[in-house]
Amino acid sequence: MSTESSPWEEHFGSRENQSQAAQLGMWIFLGSEVLLFTNLFVGYAVYRYYYPEVFVEASKHLKADWAMVQTLLLVTSSLFVVLAVHAIRQGRQLQTVLVLVLAIGMGLGFLGIKGWEYWEHWKEGALPGEYYRLAEVPERGGSLFFTLYFLLTGLHAIHMLVALGLLGWLVWGALTGKYTAEYHIPVEVGGLYWHLVDIFWLFIFPLLYLVE
Amino acid sequence: MNLAAGSNQPAITYLNHETTVRSWLLTRDHKRIGVMFLVGVIFALLLGGIFAMALRIELLTPGPTVMAPMTYNRMFTLHGVTMVWLFMIPAIPSAFGNFVLPIMLGAKDVAFPRLNLASFYIYLAGSLLTVFGMLWSGADTGWTFYTPYSTVSPTTVTPILMGVFIIGFSTIITGLNFITTVHTLRAPGMHWTRIPLFVWTIYGTSVIQVVATPVLGMVLLLVAAERVLGMGIFDPSRGGDPVLFQHMFWFYSHPAVYIMVLPAMGVITEVVCAYSRKNIFGYKMVAASTFGIAFVGFFTWGHHMFVSGQSTFGSGVFGVLSMLVAIFTAIKIFNWVATLYGGSIDLKVPLLYVLGFIFLLMFGGMTGVAVATTSLDVHWHDTYFVVAHFHYIMVGAVLMAFLAALHYWWPKMFGRLYPERWSFLAAMTIIFGFIVTFLPQFLLGNMGMPRRYYEYPREMQWLHVLSTAGASLLAFGFGLIAIYLLWSLRYGAEAPVNAWGSRGYEWYSGSPPVPHNFTEAPRFEREVHDYTVAEVPRVY
Repeated sequence: MSTESSPWEEHFGSRENQSQAAQLGMWIFLGSEVLLFTNLFVGYAVYRYYYPEVFVEASKHLKADWAMVQTLLLVTSSLFVVLAVHAIRQGRQLQTVLVLVLAIGMGLGFLGIKGWEYWEHWKEGALPGEYYRLAEVPERGGSLFFTLYFLLTGLHAIHMLVALGLLGWLVWGALTGKYTAEYHIPVEVGGLYWHLVDIFWLFIFPLLYLVE
Repeated sequence: MNLAAGSNQPAITYLNHETTVRSWLLTRDHKRIGVMFLVGVIFALLLGGIFAMALRIELLTPGPTVMAPMTYNRMFTLHGVTMVWLFMIPAIPSAFGNFVLPIMLGAKDVAFPRLNLASFYIYLAGSLLTVFGMLWSGADTGWTFYTPYSTVSPTTVTPILMGVFIIGFSTIITGLNFITTVHTLRAPGMHWTRIPLFVWTIYGTSVIQVVATPVLGMVLLLVAAERVLGMGIFDPSRGGDPVLFQHMFWFYSHPAVYIMVLPAMGVITEVVCAYSRKNIFGYKMVAASTFGIAFVGFFTWGHHMFVSGQSTFGSGVFGVLSMLVAIFTAIKIFNWVATLYGGSIDLKVPLLYVLGFIFLLMFGGMTGVAVATTSLDVHWHDTYFVVAHFHYIMVGAVLMAFLAALHYWWPKMFGRLYPERWSFLAAMTIIFGFIVTFLPQFLLGNMGMPRRYYEYPREMQWLHVLSTAGASLLAFGFGLIAIYLLWSLRYGAEAPVNAWGSRGYEWYSGSPPVPHNFTEAPRFEREVHDYTVAEVPRVY
């Protein structure tokens, strides 16, 4: 199998061709990911329209200041991923590893804060559906807000985990010298995926935490 | 190319260059993956067909016949789930699309061969999970999983929801693979205006798959989560909105009708050209109408909800948008007929299925315009009229095209010919059986027979008996096809490289093709299906 020894696959006409295909495939996949989240955004719009006051009240039980920290972490990590792509294009493998590890660290920090936030919600009883026990916010609407909150942030967290795995795999590849100034397609498309996860959060954050 | 002695078959083909089980299970060859999908969807067709026969037997008499009401509810759900998600959606794109699309483009493989293999295993896993849910206790929600009932039904809905969710991933991956392949792997000379129309329809289908499937996946996941966590998104007693489910569900599932029908139209176009020895009458219009259908298909979901309490204005808009589909479809039908007109027609079995297809599509399409009319739909809503309509358009069209493709590309795939007379008899049985099965259901629906009912008034019995008789004919026809195709795999005459004298590009490769499709890079110097230029049959 030629693919094991060389990263260039023989069914493509040229190297540019393979690179183009990988980019296009990833962009299409990202498009479909956006539509996956769209359902939840539509649900959010519908129920916000049904229960406007309850949604505002419920959102005050979220930790907007910590979410701000998360946002900064994510945006900065995206910058590091860009730097990784930049570095590997010039063949600097060690630098690539370094910035990728920094990005992974920030991603883990993000998830740590999220986990702690979930724990606080658990103690408070701000849980979805039939487990909802938050006395201060009416159950009708309140339980729906937290259902959507957990679905949106949970789905985002799952995507983060996948993306972190992807970055880890890129670190391994860069360490073993698989990626060079010539061959860096995985770093490019893996980076794209990380930016997608980042962008989702930039929609989720204002919708859930900031809008009044 | 290397030919075996005394035969016009290539000596080394994708079938015999490696023969271990492992070489099949781990293959990255799109042709082998296509064959594996073909086997998978045929199993699904068999399973769904068995459920269908059970339903038809139960409905032979007005009261209980052979099963309890609850069993009946499970049967129709499983029939729908299997046929829609496991058979019709992957049937043509995943099986035949995988096999011929790269060859038609002059490519060695699809853009992402490993992803392609993954797509098959994801389909397999999702199908197994769905079948497991069916065998465990089976859902009674209908294949549409309407809320709020599906969130409280005591049957095992969750594994089936998850199974369909997983199959959705397979669909998305296949779609993005095909789009990328069309964009990046066209051989030199394969301009956008030369791409075979089957490829165009698969491309259009892939766009719908990539755009719509995630929406379905999410909504199924929400229903599953609602069952497990009691989330209340669709449960009105918790402040949720069951109609929201219908919007999200049909936003996918209406375009999904075109995921099924567009590839079928692509097959029909190839077959019409091949057997009338003419290029398609209006290539650009047929290609463009594919995207017309794909686009408009996204704005028609509301016609499933005329009686759900949406505004009259909304219903009117959705009605008119739905009728636009008929215009794009008519473009295709007129082009097929215009191609046949004055063509040198060779009425082989695939063309027979084309004629069946055109009849069923016309009839199903015209009744589609009828049910898109709000005032009429209020009368026919949730009756057998709708059942008959969608069986004509979805099942009829997909089945005819599937069988046309199976017969047209059979020599290409396996290098064998099937017996002409038996296949002719089977085709006539299938087409006739289909009409006898579903035509009475239009009448039943107009008389007021609701869909999914276990019992009915005695006056309706003769129509039900007629329908069951038709279904039996269909079953007989399928049995016949299964027997002679399996027979031909071993005993059928060896097919020449281009069994039908077709000018489709896929016949530029051997029959069956060599492992990487071509021994040298193919050159595309004429339009596809151009029969006006003299050409020595050639294989690259």
